[in-house]
Amino acid sequence: MLELKDVTISYKNVPTVQHFNMSMKQGQIISLVGESGSGKTTVIRAILGLLPGGGKVTAGQITLEGEDLLAYNSEKWRKLRGTDISMIFQDSGAMMNPTKKIGSVFTEYILTHEKISKKEAWNKGIMMLERMRLPAADNIMNSYPFQLSGGMRQRVGIAMGMTYQPKLLLADEPTSALDVTTQAQIVRQMMQLRDDYNTSIIVVTHNLGVAAYMSDYIVVMKQGIIEDQGTREYILKESQNEYTRKLLDAVPSLGGERYV
Amino acid sequence: MNIPESFWMLFRLLEVNVMSEKREVILEAKHITRRFPASHGRTLLANDDINLKMYKGETLGLVGESGCGKSTFMRFLVSLDKPSEGEILYRGTDITKLHGEELRQSRQNIQMVFQDPTLSFNPKMVIRDIVCEPLMNFKKIKKSEKDAVCRKLLEMVELPGDFADRYPHNMSGGQRQRVAIARALALEPEIVVLDEATSALDVSVQKTVIELITKLQREKNITFGFICHDIALVQQVAHQIAVMYLGNLVETLPGSELSSKAMHPYTKALMGAVFDIHMDFSKPIESIESEAPSPLDLPKGCPFQGRCEQCMDICKREKPQMTEVEPGHQVACHLYGGKK
Repeated sequence: MLELKDVTISYKNVPTVQHFNMSMKQGQIISLVGESGSGKTTVIRAILGLLPGGGKVTAGQITLEGEDLLAYNSEKWRKLRGTDISMIFQDSGAMMNPTKKIGSVFTEYILTHEKISKKEAWNKGIMMLERMRLPAADNIMNSYPFQLSGGMRQRVGIAMGMTYQPKLLLADEPTSALDVTTQAQIVRQMMQLRDDYNTSIIVVTHNLGVAAYMSDYIVVMKQGIIEDQGTREYILKESQNEYTRKLLDAVPSLGGERYV
Repeated sequence: MNIPESFWMLFRLLEVNVMSEKREVILEAKHITRRFPASHGRTLLANDDINLKMYKGETLGLVGESGCGKSTFMRFLVSLDKPSEGEILYRGTDITKLHGEELRQSRQNIQMVFQDPTLSFNPKMVIRDIVCEPLMNFKKIKKSEKDAVCRKLLEMVELPGDFADRYPHNMSGGQRQRVAIARALALEPEIVVLDEATSALDVSVQKTVIELITKLQREKNITFGFICHDIALVQQVAHQIAVMYLGNLVETLPGSELSSKAMHPYTKALMGAVFDIHMDFSKPIESIESEAPSPLDLPKGCPFQGRCEQCMDICKREKPQMTEVEPGHQVACHLYGGKK
């Protein structure tokens, strides 16, 4: 459904990501793993056409269901984002206007995509929040982002992203800023999305433990190049790649190696 | 206040004999309670009757979710805050009662490394000035010695000595955290508090920093207070683990026994939420639902009652007390007779 062919992305003519190939089926969960600066985020930003200033796809093809995304004009992009493809960020609180309540941000988002009344948009927002199992959705709609905990904000972010049941959900370090208990809850909810809506998900993370739990397929990136890739079983058990092994080693495990 | 080293030696020997234990307690927190005033005349109980001991050359790991009071407690150790009640005895002196010059001098012994190294450095200072600042403050070295001392400290944390001329923004997160460790160790403190010192780092960088910390501990016999929310990581580095929930200690046990002997439902829940590459992926991850309630309106009884699957009637009435189940293993839970 989504295909990236030999994609090279450059910032100001300096290639950051090179020869990136990936193809994805509907309902698949793929993880992009790697250290900071390995170009993971750049890749998913390119899929959404949201490269920051100076960034450009200089070679290759990105196609979504046969349509060439790179040939899109801004009007077409605008229609695509938030409906067919949506994104959740590391801290969903930071993407929301801090001076507006969740309810007004949420209805504004719905109203840009649909011609319905404000009241209907509000109810739709509440429905989405409840689906994310957020208690007291009314209360949340009337809160400011800073009044919610990190886990709740992340759920609001997912609820917004899922409003139009996108075919593809991009998640940029969705759990890195959260407590371990909250992280487990969010991971479980994201996997539930696939079961409920058959959404394809691309997760960017530096934690191979999370990646291994969530995904069917793992892509390991290092300095802008795909270092290793394969199914979860391959990456965890068979891969002989040194870098992959190093990342796997770094995941702290219970009852495992102790330093003291 | 200059007590000769020989006296301490004798004192330690005596202590070891009296306690018939080889581990030497260098810091003891007794009945630490901290209340913060909150709006509408309410109080927020951040620490409720915490009793902990730190042993020479060992790591005390403090785990719990955000807002459970881990950092509040560790801030008392570095005298950044004072408890409402209770005392902290460092080598026999209550450091919470110190003032002025005495307090300043005592800060040499207990230092801290913060979570975000970018925020804990002055961006306009070069690394040399950052690392040597504590030494200059206590007039331990002359200006002319700074370069050599800094080089030595940087090499100790496995950074090239040339980094002395860099600014904090010219380094990666892992390198900055190493500089923060060098600064904390500059005064050769006995205790270093690491407040989520590796949480902002990539997993692979985290591993190298942890290796550095444990190496330094072996070489210099430093005592660490390690705050972290990832119980798997704490288990790797801590000799003694203390689990906190909503301002209360719920379980303390040796780090080596965590995976086999943890008892409290909350400790088990934290362990269940760990993503492990060796886990069985077909099983759903076991994590407690919901989030920690606000510490403002604590229910009567056990603080964990609302999220505990094994909650009984007694849990809603009585608060369980810390009970020793084995030497070095205490748990506060009615399931294990948490009554006095």
